[in-house]
Amino acid sequence: MTLENLREIEKLEAALSDPEPEETYGPAERGMTRRTFLKVAGAGLLITVMPLEALGQAFRRGRGDGGPGVSVAARIHIGKDGAITVMTGKVEGGQGARTELTQAAAEELGVPPDRVQLVMADTDLVPDDGITAGSGSTPRSVPAVRRGAAAARGLLVAFAAKQWGVDAGQVEVRDGKAVHAATRRELTYAELAADADQAKALQQPAPEGVVLTPVKEWKALGQSVARPNARDIVTGAHRYPSDMTAPGMLYGRMLRAPSYGAKLKNLDPAAAQAIPGAVLVREDSFVGVVAPTTFAAEKAVAALAQTADWETTAQPDSNTIFDYLRQHTHEPVPQNPYAADVAAAAKSLKQTYTVAYVQHAPLEPRSALAAWDGGKVTVWLTTQNPFGCRNEISRALGLNAADVRVIVPDFGGGFGGRHTAEAGVEAARLARAAGKPVLVRWTRREEFTWAYFRPAAVIDIEAGLDAAGTLTSWYHVNINSGGSAIGTPYRVAKAKTQFAQADSPLRIGSYRALAATANNFAREAFMDELAAAAGRDPLKFRLAHLDKTDGARLRAVLETAAERFDWAGRRRKKEPGVGVGLACGTEKNSCAAVCVEVAIEQGEVVVRRACQVFECGAVLNPANLTSQVHGCLVMGIGPALREEMEFEKGAILNASFSKYLVPRFRDVPELDIHLLDRPDLPSAGAGETPIIVIAPAIANAVFHATGRPMHRMPMRLAKDEKTAEAGHS
Amino acid sequence: MDVTINFTVNGRQRTVTVDPERPLLDVLREELQLTGTKYGCGEGRCGACTVLVDGKRVRSCITPAASVAGKEVLTIEGLAPSRPPTATEGAALHPVQAAFLAEGAFQCGYCTPVMIMTTVALLQETPHPTDAQILTAVNGNLCRCCDYPRILKAVHRAAEAGG
Repeated sequence: MTLENLREIEKLEAALSDPEPEETYGPAERGMTRRTFLKVAGAGLLITVMPLEALGQAFRRGRGDGGPGVSVAARIHIGKDGAITVMTGKVEGGQGARTELTQAAAEELGVPPDRVQLVMADTDLVPDDGITAGSGSTPRSVPAVRRGAAAARGLLVAFAAKQWGVDAGQVEVRDGKAVHAATRRELTYAELAADADQAKALQQPAPEGVVLTPVKEWKALGQSVARPNARDIVTGAHRYPSDMTAPGMLYGRMLRAPSYGAKLKNLDPAAAQAIPGAVLVREDSFVGVVAPTTFAAEKAVAALAQTADWETTAQPDSNTIFDYLRQHTHEPVPQNPYAADVAAAAKSLKQTYTVAYVQHAPLEPRSALAAWDGGKVTVWLTTQNPFGCRNEISRALGLNAADVRVIVPDFGGGFGGRHTAEAGVEAARLARAAGKPVLVRWTRREEFTWAYFRPAAVIDIEAGLDAAGTLTSWYHVNINSGGSAIGTPYRVAKAKTQFAQADSPLRIGSYRALAATANNFAREAFMDELAAAAGRDPLKFRLAHLDKTDGARLRAVLETAAERFDWAGRRRKKEPGVGVGLACGTEKNSCAAVCVEVAIEQGEVVVRRACQVFECGAVLNPANLTSQVHGCLVMGIGPALREEMEFEKGAILNASFSKYLVPRFRDVPELDIHLLDRPDLPSAGAGETPIIVIAPAIANAVFHATGRPMHRMPMRLAKDEKTAEAGHS
Repeated sequence: MDVTINFTVNGRQRTVTVDPERPLLDVLREELQLTGTKYGCGEGRCGACTVLVDGKRVRSCITPAASVAGKEVLTIEGLAPSRPPTATEGAALHPVQAAFLAEGAFQCGYCTPVMIMTTVALLQETPHPTDAQILTAVNGNLCRCCDYPRILKAVHRAAEAGG
C-alpha cells in the first residue's frame, strides 16, 4: 500500500474496523483453520490465538507481512511460575490499547488485570496483527485475545477436572484458580503450566464456540482500569522511543531540502567536518550527519545547508490549492445524476465546502534508535505499524525482513500519523555508516514539513426538497480527501456520493477518522442550510430524515445530546453574537452527536459549551473512553477554527507551534460528555468517530449566531460578523 | 569553546563541560540521562521541556546551559523515586504525581512530566489557585491528545491535597 493512495488506506482501515474481519491462512496452515490452536512451549504453556472468522475467506489483509504463514492475532504464555504474558502486535500511543487488551486477557483468564504482562509490538516476539489504526483494536484484537484467554481458562478447567476426577461443569475459575467447591480443592495456572505433559495431553483445538464471559458478569472489562504503566508515566521513568539510549550512541540529523521536489546539486562536505565530532554520511541523495550530541549534529547540518545548492521545481501554493485540486482529479467528477429532480424540487440548494490540509502534530516527533549487531538491525521506533515499518526499513536498506527487528515502546501520540518508518530508515542507515547506534529525533519543523498530512478537500453537495421540506435527492462529491462517511445516514430516495482522487501536492495519509471529518463537516453544515431553507429546526429536520430502525442508534445519541443540552430552550434564546448548533454522525460502527454554544468574542469564534453523546456498543473502559471522546472533541476544535497548513513554492510557511495553532487549555469549552453504553452490541473502537461532529456543530452554531453559513475549515468570519460581539465577552 | 558548568540537579551537584550555548534540555537528556523532560518544539511554545530553575519554570529547550551555572534545577526525576521503595506502591510519589495518577490524567503521557512540574511550581507560588490562575499557569503546555479536562481535574485534586 502506498500512503498516497487513499482508497487503499480506507479499505485497510475499514477492514480493520470490521467486527467480523476477513482473514485467510497460507497453504501450510490449511486444515487447521477455524480453531484456536494450543501448543505446549518449552517452558510453560503457549497459546497461539488465531482469528476464528477465517474459514472460507481468501483475502489476507494484515498489511505487515506475515509471509506465507498464518495470521495470528496474539499469543498468550503461561509460565511455570504462573506468570501470564500476552504478546500482541498492537501499539500504545495513548489511545488505551495496552489497558484494554490487558483487561481482555484478565477477564477471560479469571485473573486481576495486574497479573497480566502485555508485550506489545516487538516484531521478534509478537505476532503480526497488522497496523494499529482504523479503530481496529477494539472490535478485532480484543475479541481475539478474549478467545485465546478463554481457551486457556478452559484448559485449566479440563486439567483440574481430570486431576480431580470430577466433571468439568463442577469446576469454577476464581481469582486465577480452578476451584472445586464441594471438596475445596484448588489448582493454579502455574500448576497447569508446570505439568506440560498433562497440558499437552489436553492439547486440542478449542471448541469453535469457545464461551466468552457475558457482559453482565464482567469483572475486568467494563471497568475504569488504569493504564498498567501509569506510574512510569507520572515519574518520567517511561522511556519513549526518543528517550532510548545505547552504549556509544550518536545523534543523527538529516540535511533537508528547502522545498518539496528540490534536488541537491552541490554540497561542501568539509562544512560538516568543521564541527568537532561530526561525521557526514552521504549515500546518493541521502545526506545526514552523526555527532556525539544533538547540538553538534544540528550545527553540522546547518553548516552543510549553507553550502548546499538546490535545483527547485514549481509547486502549488495553499492560496490556490482548492482550484488546483479541482483541476487535477484523476477522473472527471461525475455530474449530479438527479439534476432533473433538483430542477423539479420545491426548493434546492447547492454548496461547495473546503477543508484545509492539517497535521497530527503528535507531541513526540518521529524518532528512532537503530543499533546494529552483525548484519541485523534493531530499531526502536514511533510507529503504529510495526511490521509494515520492519518491511519498509528492510526494503530501504536491502535487508531481509528477518534481519530487521522493530520495537515500539509506548510512544507520544499517533492520531493516524505514524504509519511510516522515516526516522527508522534514517537511523538505520546512519548507524550502518557510522558503525555505532544512532538516535534520530525529528525537529518540529521536520515533522511539520516531511511527515504526511490529513488531505485537503473540496466537497460539492446539492440536494432538493419537496414542498413538505423532505429531501428528494442528494449529491455529494469529495475531491481529494476520501470516501469515509461519505454516504448520508439520512433517508433520501435518490443519493449519489463519490470520492474523486486528485493529485495532492502535499504528502497525505491517515488521520483520526480521515475523510469522515471532511465529509461529515460538509454534510452536517449543509443539513443546517437545508433545514433553514425548509423553515425547520435543525434537530427536527434531522430526526425527520433518520429512520426509526436503521437510524435508531444515531437518533439515540442525537436526542440524548439535545435533551442534555436543552437544545430547544437554548436555540430559542436570542443573545447577540451567540449561537448554538448541533451535528451528528456515524462511522466505524459507532455514533456521535454534539450540541455546542459559540460566542463571537473579539472577532474570534469561541466554543463556550459542548455536550457530546457517544455510543460504541458495550463500553470496555469508561474512563479511557471518556478521555478519547473529550480528546477527540477538543482536538477537532483545532482544524475547525485555526489549523491550516500554509505553503508556498514547496515550503511550509507555518511549520512551528507558534504559527500553527493547536488547541490549548483555554480552548476547552465547558464539557458534558455522555457515554451511551450498549452491552447488547459489540464494542467498537472509539479513538476516531468522536472527532467527526464537533467542526460541523461549531459551523452550525456560527450560522445561528451570524445568520451566515460556514463553508470552509478552518472557518473564517466576514468583517461584519466579527463585529457582532457577544453581549458579555 | 566548551566551558565547565557547575549546578545542582535534583539535589545533586553536577559538573558538565559543554558548549555554553547548548540547550539545557540537551544537557539534561544527553549528558545526565534525565529523559523525563522532553523535546516538543525547540522554540519554547509547547512546554514539553519545562524544568524548574531555582523554583521557577523555565523552557529548557531555549535556555543555554551556561545560564544555569550555580543554580538549582529540578526535573520530574527529582520529585520521587521512579520505582516504589516498598510494596505500598504510590507511597513515595509527590502529591502532584499522586493526583495525576489518581485521575489517570494522561493519554500518551509525553506531556505529563511537565504538566506535573508546572503544577508543582504553581502550588509552591500559589497554594490555593483560582481557576484563572491555574489556566494561566498551564496554558503554555500543550497536550496533543487534548486530555486537558482530566489534567485540570488532576491540578485541582493536587491543589486540594495541598500539593
